[in-house]
Amino acid sequence: MYKIVEKESLNPTVTRMVVEAPRIAAHAEPGQFIILRAAPDGERIPLTIADYDRTRGTVTIIFQVVGATTMVLNKLEVGDCIPDFSGPLGRPTQTEGLRRVAVVGGGVGCAIAYPVAKKLSEKGCEVHSIVGFRNKDLVILEKEFESASALMKKMSDDGTWGEKGLVTDALRALIEAGNQYDEVIAIGPLIMMKFVCAVTREYGIHTVVSMNPIMIDGTGMCGGCRLTVGGKTVFACVDGPEFDGHQVDFDEAMRRGAMYRPVEAEAREKTCNLFKAE
Amino acid sequence: MPNMSKTKNPMPHQEASVRRNNFLEVATGYTAEIAIDEAQRCLNCKNKPCVNSCPVHIDIPSFLCRAAEGDFEGAYAVIAASSSLPAVCGRVCPQETQCESTCTRGIKGEAVAIGRVERFVADYHNENSTAAPSPVQPSGHRVAIVGSGPAGLTCAGDLARLGYSVTVFEALHVAGGVLVYGIPEFRLPKSIVSREIDSLKAMGVTIETNSVVGRIASIDELFEEGFEAVFIGSGAGLPRFMNIPGENLNGVSSANEFLTRINLMKAYQEGSSTPVMHPKKVAVVGGGNVAMDAARCALRLGAEEVSIVYRRGEEELPARAEEIAHAREEGVVFRLLCNPVEILGNEKGEVTGMKCIKMGLGEPDASGRRRPIEIEGSEFVLELDCVIMAIGTSPNPLIKNTTAGLDVTRHGGIVTDEGGATTREGVFAGGDAVTGAATVILAMGAGKTAAKSIDEYIKSKAN
Repeated sequence: MYKIVEKESLNPTVTRMVVEAPRIAAHAEPGQFIILRAAPDGERIPLTIADYDRTRGTVTIIFQVVGATTMVLNKLEVGDCIPDFSGPLGRPTQTEGLRRVAVVGGGVGCAIAYPVAKKLSEKGCEVHSIVGFRNKDLVILEKEFESASALMKKMSDDGTWGEKGLVTDALRALIEAGNQYDEVIAIGPLIMMKFVCAVTREYGIHTVVSMNPIMIDGTGMCGGCRLTVGGKTVFACVDGPEFDGHQVDFDEAMRRGAMYRPVEAEAREKTCNLFKAE
Repeated sequence: MPNMSKTKNPMPHQEASVRRNNFLEVATGYTAEIAIDEAQRCLNCKNKPCVNSCPVHIDIPSFLCRAAEGDFEGAYAVIAASSSLPAVCGRVCPQETQCESTCTRGIKGEAVAIGRVERFVADYHNENSTAAPSPVQPSGHRVAIVGSGPAGLTCAGDLARLGYSVTVFEALHVAGGVLVYGIPEFRLPKSIVSREIDSLKAMGVTIETNSVVGRIASIDELFEEGFEAVFIGSGAGLPRFMNIPGENLNGVSSANEFLTRINLMKAYQEGSSTPVMHPKKVAVVGGGNVAMDAARCALRLGAEEVSIVYRRGEEELPARAEEIAHAREEGVVFRLLCNPVEILGNEKGEVTGMKCIKMGLGEPDASGRRRPIEIEGSEFVLELDCVIMAIGTSPNPLIKNTTAGLDVTRHGGIVTDEGGATTREGVFAGGDAVTGAATVILAMGAGKTAAKSIDEYIKSKAN
């Protein structure tokens, strides 16, 4: 069992939890993920590691309440235990040799983008962060990004936070202003990553994206997380979750991501009713 | 005087029309009377060919002899001396190609139904025995086992019996490996697996779930933690696909994924939070036991039409004869000598069909089976809403990638000698991680061989 030692609501739908998992904390690196079950009969869901503390033996996760499992997870409080918590899975982010990087984060994807920005900045890389949310109420990790970035662009869809516009607008402006990047790292909704890649392709900038497809075991057994990258089938859990964004078939990934949506909507409804009955 | 009936006592089972609608066990098992009657068919012949045909060398005539006298606990003790998972083996071993294939009674008539009697004896023990396993003098030596499938559990059981302190690291949230995520409830009830695992725990074996070796600790770190030997039984790994167009359409899954959703995550049960498709027209590509399991699960989820698509002929089907017969009785259609060339989809990216080509059989290939050859111009389309790929797996690269000095074959299987020793000192391996996808009992045999080698290795180092 894995004890929750801190819980904080970052915005109305996003929660940060710090979980005791010393073996995972000892080996975790940015870019890797864990798989958890929030209840003994629950579904296995992958969540990217948002932070870790090797001395305390803790792993931080940040999640948006979107489905039945995250709803159950969000009901757990400090002192409660998560029944199953397995990781660190996947390959870590490659940060070697990068001197100037644009880190693009969208929505709850910022929870994954932040540890990458932090690690890069700790290694002496100049980080330009471009962070976007739908509106100011959904903003998370603002201060953290500021401290890890040499330059930060804040974007919102409705102009209530930072500038009004898309992260791709800000990225294009930075590139056009003469900023040269060794790499762009984009983490957020599939549609955002797809359009970031469309921009960077124009300028020939190598771009890394973090994929979060449907997964069951997360160890290379079920094959549910397969993606087409460079025309080949790969498995996000063992080959990723980060890939060369210019090679990823985003349209297929979006279609596959929606595969169980009707069934999940039904599950969510059932869970909600259970909560109502309490 | 032995029972000279030329035929086996038939296995009582649920009728096909009933069982295709439920996940309850298909074969319901012998009664004590039938088990005694069947055990009495053993001639107790001198050369005991059955024992050598058993990968874990159970003293079969000896346990049958006790069962024939109604001494089921005595029979159990004989089996348990060689096998860590008797109730599992009685259900899933391909006895027809192992012990029963060499039975003297098989020369004139049918072999003794060794597997069915084994199953009865194990179930009898599990239901009636309260005896705790006798404590073993601890040797003070520690062994780590990677994976809690049949290879790992057997190796763990044998080493624990020798007094070793054994820790099994399991990646998933529950122990059992393929016995829990792969083999369906109707063939191997999960309560049986958990009981077998409980008896290993009672012997002192520690099982750490949610522990992916290669991630939470490398093999080298396990040695640093004080383990003196490591056994890798991490299983077969990544599912294979055919690399034909349309394989990533919605509605195409690997058999591993389909079976994991159903068996491990109980997606067929009301209230399960893991979703599973309930397709109407299903094709399962492949002809092995996994393909049969997937096809029969699809039927039980309410599919109207389920077919097996296999590129070779009836004789080449690698599945157990009994599984093929069960699938047929339940209404699975066999489209043999038929190979998919493309999976077709609609504008929403959902599967609508599969284009196949008919095959003929040519000269035998490297596997000794006749090579399937496409018949030009014979393409046809099957209308479907689900395709399940059950064409095997390739080894998981995780441990290889995180362990220096561990050699693997061209196919990714870990290289071992006959005793299960790898190219790294103190590291042993067995099961699908070495051979690629095979059977439960072969994995158990490998776990057993490795346990013996590990015992010798640790003793030789201590001296």
